[in-house]
Amino acid sequence: MADIVLDKVSKRFPDGTVAVQDVDLEIADGEFVILVGPSGCGKSTTLNMIAGLEDISSGELRIAGQRVNDKAPRDRDIAMVFQSYALYPNMTVRENMAFPLRLAKLDRATIDAKVDEAAKVLELTPLLDRKPANLSGGQRQRVAMGRAIVRQPKAFLMDEPLSNLDAKLRVQMRTVVSRLQKQLGTTTVYVTHDQTEAMTLGDRVVIMRGGAVQQVGPPQELYDHPRNLFVAGFIGSPSMNFLHAAVSEGRLRTALGDVPVGDRLRRQLEGADAPRELILGIRPEHFEDAELIDEETRRRGMEFDAPVDIVESMGSDKYVYFTIEGERATAAELEELAADAGAADFAGAGSSLVTRLSAESAAREGENRRVWFNLDKIHLFDPSTGRNLTLHEGRAAGALAD
Amino acid sequence: MSINATPTGADVAADETATRSGGRHAAVPAQRTGRRAKAPLSENKRAERRLGWLLCAPAALVMVLVTAYPILYSVWLSLQRFDLRFPDQREFIGLENYTTVLSNQFWWTAFGVTALITVVTVAIELVLGMGLALIMHRTLVGRGIVRTAALIPYGIVTVVAAFSWRYAWTPGTGYLANVFDGSAPLTERASSLAIVMLAEIWKTTPFMALLLMAGLALVPEDLLKAASTDGATSWQRFTKVMLPVMKPAILVALLFRTLDAFRVFDNIFVLTAGGNETSSVSMLAYNNLIRGLNLGIGSTMSVLIFITVAIIAFVFVKMFGTAAPGSDDGERR
Repeated sequence: MADIVLDKVSKRFPDGTVAVQDVDLEIADGEFVILVGPSGCGKSTTLNMIAGLEDISSGELRIAGQRVNDKAPRDRDIAMVFQSYALYPNMTVRENMAFPLRLAKLDRATIDAKVDEAAKVLELTPLLDRKPANLSGGQRQRVAMGRAIVRQPKAFLMDEPLSNLDAKLRVQMRTVVSRLQKQLGTTTVYVTHDQTEAMTLGDRVVIMRGGAVQQVGPPQELYDHPRNLFVAGFIGSPSMNFLHAAVSEGRLRTALGDVPVGDRLRRQLEGADAPRELILGIRPEHFEDAELIDEETRRRGMEFDAPVDIVESMGSDKYVYFTIEGERATAAELEELAADAGAADFAGAGSSLVTRLSAESAAREGENRRVWFNLDKIHLFDPSTGRNLTLHEGRAAGALAD
Repeated sequence: MSINATPTGADVAADETATRSGGRHAAVPAQRTGRRAKAPLSENKRAERRLGWLLCAPAALVMVLVTAYPILYSVWLSLQRFDLRFPDQREFIGLENYTTVLSNQFWWTAFGVTALITVVTVAIELVLGMGLALIMHRTLVGRGIVRTAALIPYGIVTVVAAFSWRYAWTPGTGYLANVFDGSAPLTERASSLAIVMLAEIWKTTPFMALLLMAGLALVPEDLLKAASTDGATSWQRFTKVMLPVMKPAILVALLFRTLDAFRVFDNIFVLTAGGNETSSVSMLAYNNLIRGLNLGIGSTMSVLIFITVAIIAFVFVKMFGTAAPGSDDGERR
C-alpha cells in the first residue's frame, strides 16, 4: 500500500519524440486511478514508467514517498497486469501465480497458502493444474490478476487488462476488477482507451492527449464539467454534439437557431481578442421531445424543428438522429477524436445531431420533429484553444449564467 | 533438411544421403497413425486424397531415386564381401561385415573421437550461439552489420577455412603456431582434436546463433516485462522465462547441429587427414570405401553411421519432444 506521485514526469525517446510531457499526478493510497486517452496519447508509456519498464527522461516518480526513478521494476514492489496477460506458457496456473512468491524466496507452505487464497478469490481453484494454453480468455485474465494480487504489492498497474475479452465478458470482468480493488484497497493505476471502462471503474480519471494530461477528476465531474473540447468529446457515449456557432450582437447563431447568452459570457465575448466563432456542445440527453415537457422546463431551454434521420429505440429511451443544415464545427481536437473513433474519412454532408429522447416520444423516421434542448447544459468552446468558455470556477454554468 | 554440407565430394555421397533422410524418417510415422483409424472416406474425400498422392508423386519419385535407392544399395553392399581389389571373391555373407566392424578397435576409436567432437562442439556452440543470438537480438544500432559480420564464418567454404586453420598452425609460417613458440600442435592427438573442434565451433556457431535467434523472436516482450515486475533478475528472466519458451527452438538447433557434427569430415580431412587417431567415423568410412576400395566394409560403416544418426534424431524427437521440422504440432505447450 502506498501513494504514487508523478512530479513533472516526461519521456523523450532518442529520436526526439516526446511521448509524455510534464505529467503531474498524485495518486492517493488505495485510490483507483484510470489513465485514458486515444492510442498514442502516452498513457501506456506513463504506466511503464511507473512500473520501471521505461526510463524516466525527466521529473521524479515517488512511490510511498520514496524516489524510485532509478530503481529496477523488481525493487519497486508493484504488480502489473498486461493486455496479453503475459502468462508463462511453460508453467501451470499454480506455478504462474506462485512465480513472484518463489522469486521472493518465500517458503513452500506460505506460497501454497497464498496461491490457494488468491485462487479462491478469483474462482481459479479447479484450474490450478492447467497450463495457460488450455484456458479461455477470461480464465487467463483471472490468472493474470491472481499473479498480481498474490504478492500483496504496493500498487497494481493494469495495462488494458480487459481489451482482449469479448464485450459481454468485459462487462462482467469490470465488476470483478472493481470489487477486487475495493476489497484489497490497493492503489491501482489502470490504463484503457475505453471511456466506458474509465467512467465505471475509477475513483478518478486522468484524460491524456498527445502526452499531456487534459483533465483529472472523478468521472462525473469530467462528464459534467469538461475543461476543454477534447475531454468533452472523449467522455460520453454517444458523444457530445458539436455545432458551429457564430457570435453576433450578443447572440450565437447556430443551426438550431439563435442562442441567447448570459451576462458573464457576453462580457467574455465582448473583449477585443475574443473569438468570433465558437463551438457549441450539447450532450444527447439534454434534448427532449418538445411535446413531452412542461412549461417550467420549457422556459429553461429552446426549441427547433428538424427532420428525423434515424430512430434507435433502446427500450428505456430513444436515440433519435437529426439531420442539421449548416456549417460543421471544426477543430484539431474534433478531428483527432474522429480519427480515434475510426470515422475520420466518414462524414456526410451537413451534420448529424444525436439526441436521447424519452421512450414515449413519437418521433418517426422521415418526419419533422420539434425538439427542445436545455440551455443550462450547453458548453461553448473556443475552437482555437479548445477551452471551455462556460466553465466558471471549474463548473460548467451553461450559456445563460450571469 | 540440413543446409550444412559438411562432408563434401561424391565419395561420401551414400553416407550423406543416408544421414540426410534420417531426421525425416523419424517424423513420418507419428503423423500417419492418427489418420488411419477414421471412418470410410466419402467419394469426395477419396478423390481429394488421390489428387494429393498425384501431386506428391513427382517429389516422392525423386526422393526414391536419390535417397531410398542409395540407402538400400549401401545396405545391400554391406551384406556382401566386396573388395574391388579382389572382385572375384564377391559373395553374400549376411551380417559378417557388421561383426568385423563392430569388433574392430579402429571403428570404436573413430566412434569415440566423433562422439567427443560432437558433444564438445555442440555444447560450446550452444553457449556461444546463445550469447551471439542475444547480442544480435538486442542490438539496436548497426543491426544489419552485426548480423552480417557474425555470419561470415558460416559463409566460408569449410575446406577453405580448414586450410587457413592448417596454415595458421603450421610451425614456422603460421601466425598461430608462432604465438605458441613454433610448436606443431597438429602432430599430436589431443591438440589436433582441439584444433579440429576449434575450427568446427568457429564455423558453425553463427548457424546455431541464427537458429536460436529465431527462437528468441518467439519470446513475447510482455512476458519479460511481466517477469521483471514479478521480481526476476535478468538471469532469472533468462533461465525461467526465456529458455523454457525457447525450448522448442533450442532442441531443433541442437538436433541439427548434433546430426551435422556427427558427420564431421572435411575439417579432419584437411587438418590431420585422420592421423594420430583423429579419424571420425565418416573419415574411416571414406578411407575404407575410396582409399581401400572395400565396398563391403565401407558400406557397412556408412549404414552404421546412418543408424546412429537416426537414433540421435529419434531420441531428440521422441524423448525430448523436439518438434520435427515441418510437422504441424510445432507449438507444443
